[in-house]
Amino acid sequence: MTRTAERVSPAASERRAPAPPARGARRRRRFREGLEGWGFVIPALVIVLGLSIFPAVWAFFLSLQKWNGFSPAESVGLANYQGMVTDTELQDAVLHTVLYVVLFVPTSVGLGLFLAVALNRRIRFIGLYRTAIFVPFVASAAVTGILTTYLFNPQFGLVNNALRVLGLPQQGWLEDQSQAMVVITIMSLWGQAAFTTVIYLAALQDTPVELLEAARIDGANRWQSFWSVVWPQLAPVTVFVGIWQMVGAIQLFDLVYTTTRGGPLNATQTVVYYLWQTAFQKLQFGYGSAVAYGIFAVTLLATIGVVLYSRRTRIEAF
Amino acid sequence: MTTLDQPTRARRRMRLPFSGWHLLLAPVAVLFAIPFLQMFLASVSPKSEINRFPPHFIPSFLSLDGYAKLFDESQILLWLLNTVIVAAAAIVSHLVLCSLAGYGFARLKFPGRNFGFFAVLATIMIPTQLLMIPTYIVFSRIGLIDTLGAAIVPWLASAFGIFLMRQFFLSLPAELEEAALIDGCTRLQVFFRIILPLAKPALATLAIFTLLNSWNDLVWPLIAINNDHAFTLQLGLANFQGTRRTDWSQLMAGNVVATLPLIVFFLFAQKHFVATMTFSGLKG
Repeated sequence: MTRTAERVSPAASERRAPAPPARGARRRRRFREGLEGWGFVIPALVIVLGLSIFPAVWAFFLSLQKWNGFSPAESVGLANYQGMVTDTELQDAVLHTVLYVVLFVPTSVGLGLFLAVALNRRIRFIGLYRTAIFVPFVASAAVTGILTTYLFNPQFGLVNNALRVLGLPQQGWLEDQSQAMVVITIMSLWGQAAFTTVIYLAALQDTPVELLEAARIDGANRWQSFWSVVWPQLAPVTVFVGIWQMVGAIQLFDLVYTTTRGGPLNATQTVVYYLWQTAFQKLQFGYGSAVAYGIFAVTLLATIGVVLYSRRTRIEAF
Repeated sequence: MTTLDQPTRARRRMRLPFSGWHLLLAPVAVLFAIPFLQMFLASVSPKSEINRFPPHFIPSFLSLDGYAKLFDESQILLWLLNTVIVAAAAIVSHLVLCSLAGYGFARLKFPGRNFGFFAVLATIMIPTQLLMIPTYIVFSRIGLIDTLGAAIVPWLASAFGIFLMRQFFLSLPAELEEAALIDGCTRLQVFFRIILPLAKPALATLAIFTLLNSWNDLVWPLIAINNDHAFTLQLGLANFQGTRRTDWSQLMAGNVVATLPLIVFFLFAQKHFVATMTFSGLKG
């Protein structure tokens, strides 16, 4: 703010000096500046808001209707939301999603922390290790899906073969109802470990060295100084990364589509997968929109919940 | 032997001491490398070996049958071209529009600026699932469905891009522009001649962010494109997987075509990729 004031003042005093019509000129200039500002932001603003706020509002009105996109829409009030309460398929999908969140969020945060601590040192080959762990970040869901079905193929996949060599029993993996979500979690971790690791690495490098030295002088070993000095310093990052991974996990769709398509026996049918089927296969646009609002509400509540909890435990994450 | 020994010993002294962390990091790195290694090896495996038990991780001879069949039986080159078009359009548009808007929000004073920026930030909270149905309806009304345009339009600009560029421009000293403005340059001249050349690191971050997202996007093309002339690589691969479930060398060859450009780019610009990941983590 002060910068702009400095910038305006010399020019303004120049103008004010010679003539009385200064006020009109200034108003014109301010008008021109306003136009200029809007000119800079308007193209991006129209696209971003046009593709988010406008459809989000429309989705709410759709959620109060019954409509398949062709026949005239029928207004049904809150029936779609009431329908969600008794929809057992949706409830199963919620359970599968919760299972994935519970499997994925703690492991991805823990793995990120562990890898960041391991990679945060100057030793030989460290660049090679980092590259190996970070490269999978570029793998798309389609590519990961094909890799997953091959690696975890029960007959000739690499994973079962490794188990065979170790003398362990063969598993059904994606074809086994109780294991399919575990496989999806493992491959999600493979692709996304880079993200949590990079965030924790950045945070570790910000940890003040003096604190660690003080702890060492006080006689703490490495393990103690990590848990009593570094870990509390990382708490805000942990809260943030946890929320971030949770929001992503609630929205799991891609990898389910490219591996199991919701199977076996709906064991990996997540809420977003169910939403996609409802809206784009059964063409229930109204009910689909209601489910989408449900996801939005849950995501928002979960985020607020985590933030409040971290506030109460005095972690300044936001 | 003794003559060879001396330089090695000298070099060994230069080395960093052996660390116990190697025992941990080396196996982890190998585990992380296996899926991509498997992908490359399986793509050049002969058909006779790929579905055999026990499996051959390393093929006994090199076979390009998978690639030959892939180029023969699918439109992979067209899908690749489509993906390149989508990513290029998304990157160019993102760089231009988001840097303009980011500069406007960071440096220019105009009524409604704070409200506009707040609205942009608020959209980050909206999950994409909420937008799919109305966007699909709008796109089908205006005839974008089943065209490449449907894959491009959602990536023309993003709240993340605007936010990133704004944060960067806020960190630049304002004196640079003031001098140029007093010398009679217009705002646009200042922006293109003075500000943008300084913004290369932020633009690189934004370009990588847009490249990864537009190149790898699956959900939206899946909804909006049903015509295989407008398929992107990801959509083509996902469809292909449904129809060629057991033709692994062909599927893996497709995977290589879709991933190799990104892997090569990652190896050359790892620093910028890491910066992109770090920043996308800081936006919350």
